[in-house]
Amino acid sequence: MKLARVGAIARYTMLEAWRNRLLALVLTATLLLLLASVFARELAVTESSRLQTALLASSLRLACVFFVGLYILNGLTREFNDKVIELMLSLDLPRPAYLLGKFAGFALVATAIAAIATVPIALLAPAPAALAWGFSLALELFIVAALSVFCITTFTQLLGAAAFVAAFYLLGRTITAIQLMSTSSLVASGGAGQQAGAWLADAMAFALPRLDTFTQTAWLVDGPISGIGGILLQTAIYVGLLLAASMFDLYRKNF
Amino acid sequence: MRERPLTAVPMPLLWLLAATFCAQLALKGFEVRPTARAADLPQAPSATTARLLAAGDPIALAQLLLLYLQAFDTQPGISIPYKDLDYGRLQDWLARVLDLDPRGQYPMLLASQVYAQVPDPVRQRMILEWTYQRFLEDPGRRWRWAAHAAIMAKHKLQDLPLALRYAEGLSRSATGPSVPDWAKQMHIFVLEDMGEVETAKILLGGLLASGSITDAHEVHFLTERLNALERAAENSSKPSETRLR
Repeated sequence: MKLARVGAIARYTMLEAWRNRLLALVLTATLLLLLASVFARELAVTESSRLQTALLASSLRLACVFFVGLYILNGLTREFNDKVIELMLSLDLPRPAYLLGKFAGFALVATAIAAIATVPIALLAPAPAALAWGFSLALELFIVAALSVFCITTFTQLLGAAAFVAAFYLLGRTITAIQLMSTSSLVASGGAGQQAGAWLADAMAFALPRLDTFTQTAWLVDGPISGIGGILLQTAIYVGLLLAASMFDLYRKNF
Repeated sequence: MRERPLTAVPMPLLWLLAATFCAQLALKGFEVRPTARAADLPQAPSATTARLLAAGDPIALAQLLLLYLQAFDTQPGISIPYKDLDYGRLQDWLARVLDLDPRGQYPMLLASQVYAQVPDPVRQRMILEWTYQRFLEDPGRRWRWAAHAAIMAKHKLQDLPLALRYAEGLSRSATGPSVPDWAKQMHIFVLEDMGEVETAKILLGGLLASGSITDAHEVHFLTERLNALERAAENSSKPSETRLR
Protein backbone atom coordinates (compact mmCIF):
# COMPACT_ATOMS: atom_id res chain seq x y z
CA MET A 1 0.00 0.00 0.00
CA LYS A 2 1.55 3.25 -1.07
CA LEU A 3 1.24 6.12 1.34
CA ALA A 4 0.78 8.54 -1.57
CA ARG A 5 -2.61 6.96 -2.33
CA VAL A 6 -3.69 7.24 1.28
CA GLY A 7 -2.52 10.85 1.24
CA ALA A 8 -4.46 11.61 -1.95
CA ILE A 9 -7.70 10.22 -0.52
CA ALA A 10 -7.12 12.18 2.72
CA ARG A 11 -6.44 15.38 0.76
CA TYR A 12 -9.62 15.05 -1.27
CA THR A 13 -11.62 14.22 1.87
CA MET A 14 -10.41 17.47 3.42
CA LEU A 15 -11.10 19.36 0.22
CA GLU A 16 -14.64 17.98 0.21
CA ALA A 17 -15.15 19.17 3.81
CA TRP A 18 -13.85 22.62 2.85
CA ARG A 19 -16.09 22.88 -0.23
CA ASN A 20 -19.10 21.65 1.75
CA ARG A 21 -18.44 24.63 4.04
CA LEU A 22 -18.22 22.34 7.09
CA LEU A 23 -15.55 24.46 8.74
CA ALA A 24 -17.52 27.66 8.05
CA LEU A 25 -20.54 26.01 9.66
CA VAL A 26 -18.51 25.02 12.72
CA LEU A 27 -17.12 28.55 12.93
CA THR A 28 -20.63 30.03 12.79
CA ALA A 29 -21.92 27.60 15.42
CA THR A 30 -18.94 28.41 17.65
CA LEU A 31 -19.66 32.14 17.39
CA LEU A 32 -23.36 31.63 18.13
CA LEU A 33 -22.59 29.44 21.14
CA LEU A 34 -20.08 32.03 22.35
CA LEU A 35 -22.77 34.73 22.11
CA ALA A 36 -25.23 32.49 23.97
CA SER A 37 -22.66 31.93 26.70
CA VAL A 38 -22.11 35.71 27.01
CA PHE A 39 -25.87 36.08 27.41
CA ALA A 40 -25.92 33.36 30.09
CA ARG A 41 -23.02 35.09 31.85
CA GLU A 42 -25.06 38.29 32.07
CA LEU A 43 -27.89 36.37 33.73
CA ALA A 44 -25.70 34.82 36.42
CA VAL A 45 -25.73 36.31 39.88
CA THR A 46 -22.41 34.86 40.93
CA GLU A 47 -19.55 32.83 39.42
CA SER A 48 -20.50 34.29 36.05
CA SER A 49 -17.17 33.49 34.42
CA ARG A 50 -17.32 29.89 35.64
CA LEU A 51 -20.87 29.55 34.35
CA GLN A 52 -19.95 30.94 30.93
CA THR A 53 -16.92 28.67 30.56
CA ALA A 54 -18.84 25.58 31.65
CA LEU A 55 -21.81 26.23 29.37
CA LEU A 56 -19.65 27.10 26.38
CA ALA A 57 -17.33 24.11 26.81
CA SER A 58 -20.19 21.67 27.23
CA SER A 59 -22.20 22.98 24.27
CA LEU A 60 -19.14 23.22 21.98
CA ARG A 61 -18.19 19.65 22.78
CA LEU A 62 -21.64 18.37 21.86
CA ALA A 63 -21.82 20.53 18.75
CA CYS A 64 -18.43 19.29 17.51
CA VAL A 65 -19.41 15.65 18.05
CA PHE A 66 -22.69 16.29 16.23
CA PHE A 67 -21.02 17.96 13.23
CA VAL A 68 -18.22 15.40 12.87
CA GLY A 69 -20.50 12.39 13.27
CA LEU A 70 -23.22 13.61 10.95
CA TYR A 71 -20.82 14.93 8.31
CA ILE A 72 -18.98 11.60 8.05
CA LEU A 73 -22.15 9.51 8.07
CA ASN A 74 -23.75 11.66 5.39
CA GLY A 75 -20.63 11.82 3.18
CA LEU A 76 -19.94 8.09 3.28
CA THR A 77 -23.60 7.20 2.74
CA ARG A 78 -23.54 9.30 -0.43
CA GLU A 79 -20.36 7.52 -1.59
CA PHE A 80 -22.02 4.16 -1.06
CA ASN A 81 -25.27 5.20 -2.75
CA ASP A 82 -23.61 6.96 -5.72
CA LYS A 83 -21.27 3.99 -6.25
CA VAL A 84 -18.28 6.28 -5.77
CA ILE A 85 -16.65 3.67 -3.58
CA GLU A 86 -17.06 1.04 -6.31
CA LEU A 87 -15.47 3.36 -8.82
CA MET A 88 -12.56 4.03 -6.45
CA LEU A 89 -12.01 0.35 -5.75
CA SER A 90 -12.07 -0.46 -9.46
CA LEU A 91 -8.88 1.63 -9.72
CA ASP A 92 -5.52 0.47 -8.46
CA LEU A 93 -6.48 1.22 -4.90
CA PRO A 94 -6.52 -1.39 -2.11
CA ARG A 95 -9.50 -1.34 0.22
CA PRO A 96 -7.38 -0.50 3.33
CA ALA A 97 -5.83 2.45 1.50
CA TYR A 98 -9.26 3.86 0.73
CA LEU A 99 -10.44 3.40 4.32
CA LEU A 100 -7.26 4.74 5.91
CA GLY A 101 -7.24 7.69 3.52
CA LYS A 102 -10.81 8.55 4.37
CA PHE A 103 -10.12 8.25 8.10
CA ALA A 104 -6.93 10.32 7.85
CA GLY A 105 -8.92 13.05 6.06
CA PHE A 106 -11.69 12.93 8.65
CA ALA A 107 -9.12 13.00 11.49
CA LEU A 108 -7.55 16.16 10.01
CA VAL A 109 -11.00 17.75 9.66
CA ALA A 110 -11.75 16.75 13.29
CA THR A 111 -8.47 18.34 14.39
CA ALA A 112 -9.39 21.57 12.60
CA ILE A 113 -12.85 21.54 14.23
CA ALA A 114 -11.31 20.95 17.68
CA ALA A 115 -8.89 23.84 17.05
CA ILE A 116 -11.75 26.19 16.12
CA ALA A 117 -13.66 25.18 19.28
CA THR A 118 -10.60 25.68 21.47
CA VAL A 119 -10.07 29.33 20.48
CA PRO A 120 -13.00 30.80 22.50
CA ILE A 121 -12.24 28.41 25.37
CA ALA A 122 -8.67 29.72 25.46
CA LEU A 123 -10.06 33.23 25.94
CA LEU A 124 -11.94 32.16 29.07
CA ALA A 125 -9.74 29.51 30.71
CA PRO A 126 -6.01 29.23 31.51
CA ALA A 127 -3.98 28.32 28.44
CA PRO A 128 -2.73 24.87 29.66
CA ALA A 129 -6.27 23.84 30.61
CA ALA A 130 -7.66 25.05 27.28
CA LEU A 131 -4.93 23.21 25.37
CA ALA A 132 -5.59 19.98 27.29
CA TRP A 133 -9.32 20.41 26.66
CA GLY A 134 -8.79 20.98 22.93
CA PHE A 135 -6.37 18.04 22.66
CA SER A 136 -8.83 15.78 24.43
CA LEU A 137 -11.67 17.04 22.22
CA ALA A 138 -9.63 16.14 19.12
CA LEU A 139 -9.08 12.62 20.51
CA GLU A 140 -12.79 12.28 21.29
CA LEU A 141 -13.61 13.38 17.74
CA PHE A 142 -11.16 10.77 16.36
CA ILE A 143 -13.15 8.07 18.18
CA VAL A 144 -16.43 9.50 16.85
CA ALA A 145 -14.93 9.65 13.33
CA ALA A 146 -13.68 6.05 13.49
CA LEU A 147 -17.02 4.93 14.92
CA SER A 148 -18.93 6.70 12.14
CA VAL A 149 -16.71 5.09 9.49
CA PHE A 150 -17.29 1.69 11.10
CA CYS A 151 -21.07 2.18 11.35
CA ILE A 152 -21.52 3.29 7.77
CA THR A 153 -19.29 0.47 6.48
CA THR A 154 -21.38 -2.01 8.42
CA PHE A 155 -24.92 -0.63 8.04
CA THR A 156 -24.58 1.42 4.79
CA GLN A 157 -27.83 3.17 5.85
CA LEU A 158 -27.81 6.65 7.37
CA LEU A 159 -30.60 6.15 9.89
CA GLY A 160 -29.29 2.95 11.43
CA ALA A 161 -25.72 4.23 11.52
CA ALA A 162 -26.71 7.59 13.06
CA ALA A 163 -28.82 5.86 15.73
CA PHE A 164 -25.92 3.55 16.58
CA VAL A 165 -23.41 6.40 16.82
CA ALA A 166 -25.76 8.44 19.03
CA ALA A 167 -26.49 5.48 21.33
CA PHE A 168 -22.80 4.56 21.53
CA TYR A 169 -21.82 8.13 22.39
CA LEU A 170 -24.51 8.44 25.06
CA LEU A 171 -23.51 5.10 26.59
CA GLY A 172 -19.84 6.09 26.52
CA ARG A 173 -20.65 9.29 28.40
CA THR A 174 -22.87 7.57 30.99
CA ILE A 175 -21.34 4.12 31.44
CA THR A 176 -19.54 5.11 34.66
CA ALA A 177 -22.81 6.30 36.23
CA ILE A 178 -24.59 3.16 35.00
CA GLN A 179 -21.88 0.97 36.56
CA LEU A 180 -22.14 2.81 39.87
CA MET A 181 -25.92 2.64 39.90
CA SER A 182 -25.95 -1.06 39.07
CA THR A 183 -23.91 -1.88 42.17
CA SER A 184 -25.38 0.76 44.43
CA SER A 185 -26.60 -0.35 47.82
CA LEU A 186 -29.59 1.97 47.28
CA VAL A 187 -31.17 -0.45 44.85
CA ALA A 188 -29.46 -3.50 46.24
CA SER A 189 -31.59 -6.49 46.88
CA GLY A 190 -28.75 -8.89 46.23
CA GLY A 191 -31.06 -10.75 43.88
CA ALA A 192 -30.18 -12.36 40.59
CA GLY A 193 -31.71 -9.46 38.65
CA GLN A 194 -29.43 -6.94 40.26
CA GLN A 195 -26.38 -9.15 39.80
CA ALA A 196 -27.25 -9.63 36.15
CA GLY A 197 -27.65 -5.86 35.74
CA ALA A 198 -24.27 -5.24 37.36
CA TRP A 199 -22.67 -7.90 35.17
CA LEU A 200 -24.20 -6.40 32.03
CA ALA A 201 -23.01 -2.91 32.99
CA ASP A 202 -19.48 -4.25 33.61
CA ALA A 203 -19.52 -6.09 30.27
CA MET A 204 -20.59 -2.93 28.43
CA ALA A 205 -17.90 -0.94 30.25
CA PHE A 206 -15.29 -3.37 28.90
CA ALA A 207 -16.40 -2.79 25.34
CA LEU A 208 -16.82 1.00 25.57
CA PRO A 209 -14.37 3.86 26.00
CA ARG A 210 -15.15 5.94 29.07
CA LEU A 211 -16.00 9.14 27.25
CA ASP A 212 -16.88 10.89 30.53
CA THR A 213 -13.15 11.05 31.27
CA PHE A 214 -12.54 12.93 28.00
CA THR A 215 -12.74 16.72 27.48
CA GLN A 216 -13.78 17.52 31.03
CA THR A 217 -15.22 20.95 31.80
CA ALA A 218 -13.75 20.55 35.30
CA TRP A 219 -10.25 20.98 33.83
CA LEU A 220 -11.24 24.47 32.68
CA VAL A 221 -13.05 25.69 35.78
CA ASP A 222 -11.53 23.74 38.66
CA GLY A 223 -8.39 21.97 37.47
CA PRO A 224 -6.17 20.00 37.81
CA ILE A 225 -5.78 18.30 34.44
CA SER A 226 -5.40 14.56 34.82
CA GLY A 227 -5.61 11.38 32.83
CA ILE A 228 -4.43 12.72 29.47
CA GLY A 229 -2.06 9.75 29.03
CA GLY A 230 -4.87 7.28 29.65
CA ILE A 231 -7.13 9.11 27.20
CA LEU A 232 -4.41 9.03 24.53
CA LEU A 233 -3.86 5.29 25.04
CA GLN A 234 -7.62 4.60 24.99
CA THR A 235 -8.01 6.59 21.77
CA ALA A 236 -5.13 4.77 20.06
CA ILE A 237 -6.50 1.35 20.98
CA TYR A 238 -10.13 2.13 20.22
CA VAL A 239 -9.51 3.88 16.92
CA GLY A 240 -7.30 0.92 15.92
CA LEU A 241 -10.04 -1.53 16.90
CA LEU A 242 -12.77 0.36 15.03
CA LEU A 243 -10.65 0.78 11.89
CA ALA A 244 -9.71 -2.89 11.94
CA ALA A 245 -13.39 -3.81 12.30
CA SER A 246 -14.28 -1.42 9.46
CA MET A 247 -11.63 -2.97 7.21
CA PHE A 248 -12.90 -6.42 8.10
CA ASP A 249 -16.41 -5.42 7.01
CA LEU A 250 -15.16 -3.67 3.87
CA TYR A 251 -13.12 -6.71 2.86
CA ARG A 252 -16.17 -8.92 3.15
CA LYS A 253 -18.38 -6.65 1.03
CA ASN A 254 -19.06 -7.94 -2.44
CA PHE A 255 -19.62 -4.94 -4.68
CA MET B 1 -25.34 -7.55 -1.34
CA ARG B 2 -23.76 -11.00 -0.85
CA GLU B 3 -20.78 -11.11 1.49
CA ARG B 4 -17.43 -12.48 0.48
CA PRO B 5 -16.07 -15.45 2.51
CA LEU B 6 -13.88 -14.95 5.56
CA THR B 7 -10.89 -16.12 3.55
CA ALA B 8 -11.15 -12.88 1.57
CA VAL B 9 -9.99 -11.02 4.68
CA PRO B 10 -6.18 -10.92 4.89
CA MET B 11 -4.71 -12.77 7.87
CA PRO B 12 -2.75 -9.69 9.16
CA LEU B 13 -6.04 -7.79 9.41
CA LEU B 14 -7.59 -10.58 11.49
CA TRP B 15 -4.53 -10.47 13.75
CA LEU B 16 -4.83 -6.70 14.01
CA LEU B 17 -8.50 -6.99 14.92
CA ALA B 18 -7.75 -9.60 17.59
CA ALA B 19 -4.79 -7.62 18.94
CA THR B 20 -6.71 -4.35 19.27
CA PHE B 21 -9.65 -6.15 20.88
CA CYS B 22 -7.31 -7.81 23.40
CA ALA B 23 -5.62 -4.46 24.03
CA GLN B 24 -9.02 -2.90 24.76
CA LEU B 25 -9.85 -5.70 27.23
CA ALA B 26 -6.42 -5.39 28.86
CA LEU B 27 -6.78 -1.62 29.19
CA LYS B 28 -10.17 -2.04 30.81
CA GLY B 29 -8.77 -4.78 33.06
CA PHE B 30 -6.12 -2.40 34.39
CA GLU B 31 -8.53 0.51 34.67
CA VAL B 32 -9.46 1.49 38.20
CA ARG B 33 -13.09 0.74 38.92
CA PRO B 34 -15.07 3.98 39.26
CA THR B 35 -15.92 4.98 42.80
CA ALA B 36 -18.90 7.02 43.81
CA ARG B 37 -18.15 10.59 44.81
CA ALA B 38 -20.74 12.94 46.13
CA ALA B 39 -21.16 16.21 44.28
CA ASP B 40 -22.06 19.36 46.14
CA LEU B 41 -25.48 20.86 45.63
CA PRO B 42 -24.93 23.59 43.04
CA GLN B 43 -26.31 27.07 43.43
CA ALA B 44 -29.94 27.49 42.51
CA PRO B 45 -30.57 29.34 39.26
CA SER B 46 -31.27 33.02 39.68
CA ALA B 47 -34.86 34.23 39.37
CA THR B 48 -34.13 35.72 35.93
CA THR B 49 -32.48 32.54 34.67
CA ALA B 50 -35.33 30.45 36.00
CA ARG B 51 -37.87 32.64 34.21
CA LEU B 52 -35.88 32.36 31.00
CA LEU B 53 -35.53 28.59 31.32
CA ALA B 54 -39.25 28.25 32.01
CA ALA B 55 -39.99 29.61 28.51
CA GLY B 56 -43.43 30.73 29.60
CA ASP B 57 -44.29 27.53 31.49
CA PRO B 58 -43.06 28.09 35.05
CA ILE B 59 -45.08 25.30 36.68
CA ALA B 60 -43.49 22.61 34.51
CA LEU B 61 -40.02 23.95 35.27
CA ALA B 62 -40.86 24.13 38.99
CA GLN B 63 -41.78 20.43 38.95
CA LEU B 64 -38.58 19.53 37.10
CA LEU B 65 -36.46 21.50 39.56
CA LEU B 66 -38.22 19.77 42.44
CA LEU B 67 -37.56 16.34 41.02
CA TYR B 68 -33.90 17.26 40.51
CA LEU B 69 -33.62 18.54 44.08
CA GLN B 70 -35.47 15.58 45.54
CA ALA B 71 -33.22 13.12 43.71
CA PHE B 72 -30.03 15.02 44.52
CA ASP B 73 -29.33 13.10 47.72
CA THR B 74 -29.37 9.87 45.71
CA GLN B 75 -26.50 10.21 43.26
CA PRO B 76 -25.14 7.31 41.22
CA GLY B 77 -23.87 4.77 43.70
CA ILE B 78 -24.07 6.98 46.74
CA SER B 79 -26.58 8.39 49.15
CA ILE B 80 -25.86 11.79 50.66
CA PRO B 81 -27.07 12.26 54.23
CA TYR B 82 -29.16 15.41 54.67
CA LYS B 83 -26.65 16.68 57.21
CA ASP B 84 -24.07 16.91 54.40
CA LEU B 85 -26.31 19.09 52.24
CA ASP B 86 -25.73 22.83 52.12
CA TYR B 87 -28.99 24.01 53.67
CA GLY B 88 -28.42 27.60 52.52
CA ARG B 89 -28.37 26.45 48.89
CA LEU B 90 -31.21 24.05 49.58
CA GLN B 91 -33.38 26.95 50.75
CA ASP B 92 -32.49 28.90 47.58
CA TRP B 93 -33.63 25.97 45.44
CA LEU B 94 -36.90 25.62 47.35
CA ALA B 95 -37.48 29.38 47.18
CA ARG B 96 -36.89 29.38 43.41
CA VAL B 97 -39.44 26.61 42.98
CA LEU B 98 -41.95 28.55 45.08
CA ASP B 99 -41.26 31.67 42.98
CA LEU B 100 -42.11 29.68 39.86
CA ASP B 101 -45.17 27.97 41.33
CA PRO B 102 -46.44 29.92 44.38
CA ARG B 103 -49.59 27.81 44.72
CA GLY B 104 -47.64 24.55 44.86
CA GLN B 105 -47.33 22.91 48.28
CA TYR B 106 -44.58 20.46 47.32
CA PRO B 107 -41.58 22.61 48.35
CA MET B 108 -43.25 23.37 51.69
CA LEU B 109 -43.80 19.66 52.27
CA LEU B 110 -40.20 18.84 51.35
CA ALA B 111 -38.93 21.54 53.70
CA SER B 112 -41.08 20.74 56.74
CA GLN B 113 -41.53 16.99 56.41
CA VAL B 114 -38.37 15.80 54.65
CA TYR B 115 -35.44 18.17 55.09
CA ALA B 116 -36.52 19.11 58.64
CA GLN B 117 -35.92 15.49 59.68
CA VAL B 118 -32.14 16.04 59.48
CA PRO B 119 -30.46 14.99 62.77
CA ASP B 120 -28.83 18.38 63.17
CA PRO B 121 -30.61 21.03 65.30
CA VAL B 122 -28.92 23.94 63.47
CA ARG B 123 -30.16 22.74 60.09
CA GLN B 124 -33.55 21.86 61.57
CA ARG B 125 -33.93 25.41 62.86
CA MET B 126 -32.83 26.85 59.51
CA ILE B 127 -35.37 24.92 57.49
CA LEU B 128 -38.19 25.42 60.03
CA GLU B 129 -37.55 29.16 60.02
CA TRP B 130 -37.59 29.11 56.20
CA THR B 131 -40.92 27.26 56.32
CA TYR B 132 -42.35 29.81 58.76
CA GLN B 133 -41.21 32.79 56.66
CA ARG B 134 -42.76 31.26 53.52
CA PHE B 135 -45.95 30.62 55.51
CA LEU B 136 -46.15 34.33 56.32
CA GLU B 137 -46.14 35.12 52.59
CA ASP B 138 -49.34 33.12 52.01
CA PRO B 139 -50.88 32.05 55.35
CA GLY B 140 -54.19 30.95 53.85
CA ARG B 141 -52.58 28.20 51.79
CA ARG B 142 -49.49 27.35 53.82
CA TRP B 143 -50.84 27.26 57.39
CA ARG B 144 -50.43 23.49 57.78
CA TRP B 145 -46.65 23.72 57.25
CA ALA B 146 -46.37 26.38 59.96
CA ALA B 147 -48.41 24.13 62.25
CA HIS B 148 -46.02 21.30 61.50
CA ALA B 149 -43.08 23.61 62.20
CA ALA B 150 -44.57 24.48 65.59
CA ILE B 151 -44.98 20.79 66.44
CA MET B 152 -41.42 20.07 65.27
CA ALA B 153 -40.07 22.93 67.38
CA LYS B 154 -41.93 21.66 70.42
CA HIS B 155 -41.25 17.94 70.19
CA LYS B 156 -38.03 17.58 68.18
CA LEU B 157 -36.16 20.70 69.19
CA GLN B 158 -37.78 20.94 72.64
CA ASP B 159 -37.79 24.70 72.07
CA LEU B 160 -41.11 25.93 73.48
CA PRO B 161 -40.49 29.68 72.86
CA LEU B 162 -39.84 28.89 69.18
CA ALA B 163 -42.94 26.68 69.04
CA LEU B 164 -44.93 29.50 70.63
CA ARG B 165 -43.63 32.01 68.06
CA TYR B 166 -44.75 29.78 65.19
CA ALA B 167 -48.10 28.99 66.86
CA GLU B 168 -48.77 32.68 67.56
CA GLY B 169 -47.92 33.53 63.97
CA LEU B 170 -50.35 30.86 62.90
CA SER B 171 -53.09 32.24 65.14
CA ARG B 172 -52.40 35.83 64.03
CA SER B 173 -51.99 35.32 60.28
CA ALA B 174 -53.99 32.22 59.35
CA THR B 175 -57.46 33.60 59.94
CA GLY B 176 -59.22 32.25 56.86
CA PRO B 177 -62.26 29.98 57.07
CA SER B 178 -60.27 27.06 55.68
CA VAL B 179 -57.90 27.08 58.69
CA PRO B 180 -59.18 24.67 61.36
CA ASP B 181 -59.67 25.86 64.92
CA TRP B 182 -57.04 23.52 66.34
CA ALA B 183 -54.40 25.36 64.33
CA LYS B 184 -55.66 28.75 65.47
CA GLN B 185 -55.68 27.56 69.11
CA MET B 186 -52.30 25.88 69.06
CA HIS B 187 -50.53 28.76 70.82
CA ILE B 188 -52.80 28.34 73.87
CA PHE B 189 -51.65 24.78 74.39
CA VAL B 190 -48.01 25.71 73.88
CA LEU B 191 -48.41 28.44 76.50
CA GLU B 192 -49.90 25.86 78.82
CA ASP B 193 -46.91 23.59 78.27
CA MET B 194 -44.63 26.49 79.04
CA GLY B 195 -46.31 26.89 82.42
CA GLU B 196 -48.01 30.11 81.32
CA VAL B 197 -51.30 28.81 82.69
CA GLU B 198 -52.75 32.25 83.43
CA THR B 199 -52.15 33.52 79.89
CA ALA B 200 -53.52 30.29 78.44
CA LYS B 201 -56.59 30.63 80.65
CA ILE B 202 -57.23 34.19 79.51
CA LEU B 203 -56.80 33.31 75.82
CA LEU B 204 -59.00 30.24 76.09
CA GLY B 205 -61.67 32.12 78.05
CA GLY B 206 -61.56 34.94 75.51
CA LEU B 207 -61.90 32.48 72.66
CA LEU B 208 -64.96 30.89 74.24
CA ALA B 209 -66.51 34.26 75.12
CA SER B 210 -65.98 35.61 71.58
CA GLY B 211 -68.56 33.14 70.26
CA SER B 212 -66.39 32.25 67.28
CA ILE B 213 -66.57 28.57 68.30
CA THR B 214 -69.99 27.30 67.27
CA ASP B 215 -69.56 23.53 67.34
CA ALA B 216 -71.12 22.20 70.59
CA HIS B 217 -68.58 19.39 70.96
CA GLU B 218 -65.70 21.78 70.52
CA VAL B 219 -67.18 24.25 73.02
CA HIS B 220 -67.54 21.39 75.50
CA PHE B 221 -63.97 20.21 74.92
CA LEU B 222 -62.51 23.70 75.30
CA THR B 223 -64.60 24.39 78.41
CA GLU B 224 -63.23 21.21 79.94
CA ARG B 225 -59.74 22.37 79.08
CA LEU B 226 -60.42 25.73 80.67
CA ASN B 227 -61.69 24.03 83.82
CA ALA B 228 -58.62 21.83 83.89
CA LEU B 229 -56.42 24.89 83.55
CA GLU B 230 -58.20 26.59 86.44
CA ARG B 231 -57.72 23.50 88.59
CA ALA B 232 -54.08 23.41 87.61
CA ALA B 233 -53.70 27.07 88.53
CA GLU B 234 -55.16 26.36 91.96
CA ASN B 235 -52.76 23.54 92.53
CA SER B 236 -49.62 24.56 90.72
CA SER B 237 -47.58 21.72 92.22
CA LYS B 238 -49.76 19.20 90.42
CA PRO B 239 -48.47 18.49 86.86
CA SER B 240 -50.72 19.52 84.01
CA GLU B 241 -52.93 16.80 82.57
CA THR B 242 -53.82 18.73 79.53
CA ARG B 243 -50.71 18.40 77.49
CA LEU B 244 -50.87 18.67 73.78
CA ARG B 245 -50.10 15.24 72.37
